[in-house]
Amino acid sequence: MSTTLFLVQILNGLQLGVLLFLIAAGLTLVFGVMDFINLAHGVQYMLGAYLAVAFYGLVGNFFFALVLALAASLLFGLLLEFLVFRHLYDRDHLDQVIATFGIILFLNHAVRVVWGAAPLTLPVPEFFTGSIVLMSGLLYPVWRLVIIASGLAIAAGLYVLVTYTRIGMLVRAGATNARMVSALGVNIERLFMIVFGFGTMLAGFAGIMIAPIISVEPGMGDNILILAFVVIVIGGIGSIRGAFIAALLIGLVDTLGRSFSVDILRLLMGPSPARMTGPAIASMLIYVLMAVVLYVRPAGLFPTRGR
Amino acid sequence: MLERTSSDPVLRLEGLRKNFGSLTVTDDVTLDIMPGEMHAIIGPNGAGKTTLINQISGIIPPDGGRIVFGGNDVTALPPDARALSGLARSFQITSILPGFSVLENVALAVQARDGSSFRFFGRAADETVLNAEAMTALEQAGIAERAHARAGELSHGEKRALELAIALAMKPVLLLLDEPMAGIGREETERQVELLLRLKGQVTMVLVEHDMAAVFALADRISVLIRGRLLMTGNPADVRADPQVVAAYLGEQLE
Amino acid sequence: MSGVTLAAPKAKHAVAVRRDIILPALIFAIFALLPAIAALTAKQYLIDVGARMMVFAVAAVALDLLVGYAGLISFGHAAFIGLGAYAVGILSAHGIGEALVALPAAILVSMLFAWLTGIVCLRTRGAYFIMITLAFGQMIYFIATSLAPYGGDNGLTIAARSTIAGWPLIKSDRAFYYFTLLCLLATYVFCRALVGSRFGRVLRGGKENSVRMATIGFNVRRFQLVAYIIAGGLGGFSGFLLANLTEFVAPAYMSWQQSGELIVMVILGGVGTLDGGLLGSAAYLIAEEWLSGITENWKVIFGPVLVLVVLFARGGLIGLGSWLRRRVAHA
Repeated sequence: MSTTLFLVQILNGLQLGVLLFLIAAGLTLVFGVMDFINLAHGVQYMLGAYLAVAFYGLVGNFFFALVLALAASLLFGLLLEFLVFRHLYDRDHLDQVIATFGIILFLNHAVRVVWGAAPLTLPVPEFFTGSIVLMSGLLYPVWRLVIIASGLAIAAGLYVLVTYTRIGMLVRAGATNARMVSALGVNIERLFMIVFGFGTMLAGFAGIMIAPIISVEPGMGDNILILAFVVIVIGGIGSIRGAFIAALLIGLVDTLGRSFSVDILRLLMGPSPARMTGPAIASMLIYVLMAVVLYVRPAGLFPTRGR
Repeated sequence: MLERTSSDPVLRLEGLRKNFGSLTVTDDVTLDIMPGEMHAIIGPNGAGKTTLINQISGIIPPDGGRIVFGGNDVTALPPDARALSGLARSFQITSILPGFSVLENVALAVQARDGSSFRFFGRAADETVLNAEAMTALEQAGIAERAHARAGELSHGEKRALELAIALAMKPVLLLLDEPMAGIGREETERQVELLLRLKGQVTMVLVEHDMAAVFALADRISVLIRGRLLMTGNPADVRADPQVVAAYLGEQLE
Repeated sequence: MSGVTLAAPKAKHAVAVRRDIILPALIFAIFALLPAIAALTAKQYLIDVGARMMVFAVAAVALDLLVGYAGLISFGHAAFIGLGAYAVGILSAHGIGEALVALPAAILVSMLFAWLTGIVCLRTRGAYFIMITLAFGQMIYFIATSLAPYGGDNGLTIAARSTIAGWPLIKSDRAFYYFTLLCLLATYVFCRALVGSRFGRVLRGGKENSVRMATIGFNVRRFQLVAYIIAGGLGGFSGFLLANLTEFVAPAYMSWQQSGELIVMVILGGVGTLDGGLLGSAAYLIAEEWLSGITENWKVIFGPVLVLVVLFARGGLIGLGSWLRRRVAHA
């Protein structure tokens, strides 16, 4: 186990964490402010990736494709909100779960119909291809660094937005007590729409940014959605700060766990049992972490609803 | 276990404190409720009366102080444990099981103290012992004729009576009544007062109420809560006459 | 004693029971006659489809217990099916194909998992619960995919159906069908009894008003944990049947999509009715068979249908039935 490998995996963990944060941020806000469980958030992420591929095919330039895909993502998200989600805010969680599950089914298969089931790819934008030397012996892909940097920038931006602007204050208030905010005269419907649209764009952005380095295929949003749920449950529903910390934590634990579980276990048991149980334990790690956190803090690390 | 003499308080609050953020809702409340008495707690809206009741019944944990019920420190006990040791309460905002029948609402309260509920067979709704006891409580509360109606379809006054029936079915040692007269008409209020008068002496009661006529008709002692603090405790005549109380609260209440 | 007697509830109950029994009796009768219908119409695949419906109905009825009666929206129910199925698969891989060993193993493993995860899940409220059950289900799924000696991602074929006390009693498809029918009947009767029992009443009360129940003296969480464990065990039972039906186990049995499909079955049939679990699994599998015949991407159609059901037909098929009956009565 070399230091270089370890550092590379730390960076990979950060990258996964940042991605998870982008998805979890929208999810936790929508949940916190509107008490709305949106299983369809994962397909927003997937849609972002597909739209990026589609627009790249049209315009041949990543950044134009990014802008167009973001806009289209937002439009689609708002359309969904208008057609379906709006009617579910007053319903109980079961209804929301089933309806958004239906949307997942629809979109996962709709992209199959439109783009086929074969995985698609998107080239890394020219300026950011290749790897750079971070320190002696440590080569790391530039694009992954771009993802990390943009994710951190967005996190910082969100923090400023939520803490220092009026809209951010409304969002924080809404996360604590939406009915009260509405009673105070704020147009809660518009607030909901803004929060929802924003969350959608974040998820879409994550999908667009990840598209150059993974294969874009139907269902790619499903597994990451569940990871995002683990993030917001650990971080505390409604808390951006919680989502950020939990996302990085999960990204690191999961990546490092998967890379080094066999090696670590080999210290405790023989190489053969380590190889057998290693992958299984690695996949369990973040869920065990979630269980431990929730046992001690059932409302997550930074719960927004005071009680 | 100590033999409880009639001079030991049924409920003792020691230095109870509760804050919501920077707002102090319960401010160092110390109070003894004696066996058999009807003890009223009065005070303006926002004085923290319901929060106090919620802490006593175990729904909200206090930030400081102790709650001693029947000689035992129950401060850390969950509400169900307190209920099983004889603490019953009615809610200010009606809290019943609307989808169940009136009878089943009360039968459940009886079931809680009638052996194990971890029975997976046998229709609970047919258990004659539970139903009989439930009917008795419903008769005491005066709504026996509505036994088979769906609880959600009751009028407001009937629901308040159901709240009382549920509490009575628990054969409580201490009964906490949170504004039982809230929102019901003159006639029903009189009936409730009659019922509570009949219960006086048999059950120790803590009554939170705004209806001063009812309070003075029923209470043995009255405690006055202003902004979370206990201003004074005394018999009705003394409380009525106390200048501080009149200034802070009663002035507007009496004509 | 006042004039109001205690007899009234019994009289009402007698009538209600009569009506209550018609639907499930009808459903079980159809299931019982299906093999005969299959033989008459020479459509042997009906037996396989019917058995599949019943296997999932066991899990769906158990899930309705949680969702409809206890108010616990478990989005990880497929994990129990998977655990039960893998119990059969793993034992079979080691040469143990006896039901008297595999069935208790399947149920016990599921109940153990339900207990361990339930303790954590039930410390949380509402939406957290949904997400945590989802996460735990995913955890089991990933563990299964990483079990290389037991097929990993591709799954594991089972040598033969379980023997019962050494006898290959359920080897034939017909015999297995009737065995499954009996299992479903037992599950249904058990759940019906449970729902009306003291235990069930506390659960139902807890769903409606948990604060009230606590102040009467019920530790609702403890009852919910027991319900969760029971439902988990029944899920394991369903898994045992599924493994025997297909003679195959795969991680897909416990995917979260499968958990989602189970909830869909419950909603399609009608939440909080138990009969809904029976109808819903049948309806879902029929829809799947029919629509996938039309197009491979049938979920493009089914997804929006689900949304419409949630928006407009919340009570599922049973709700629809009551609505129709009321319209007819007023016509």
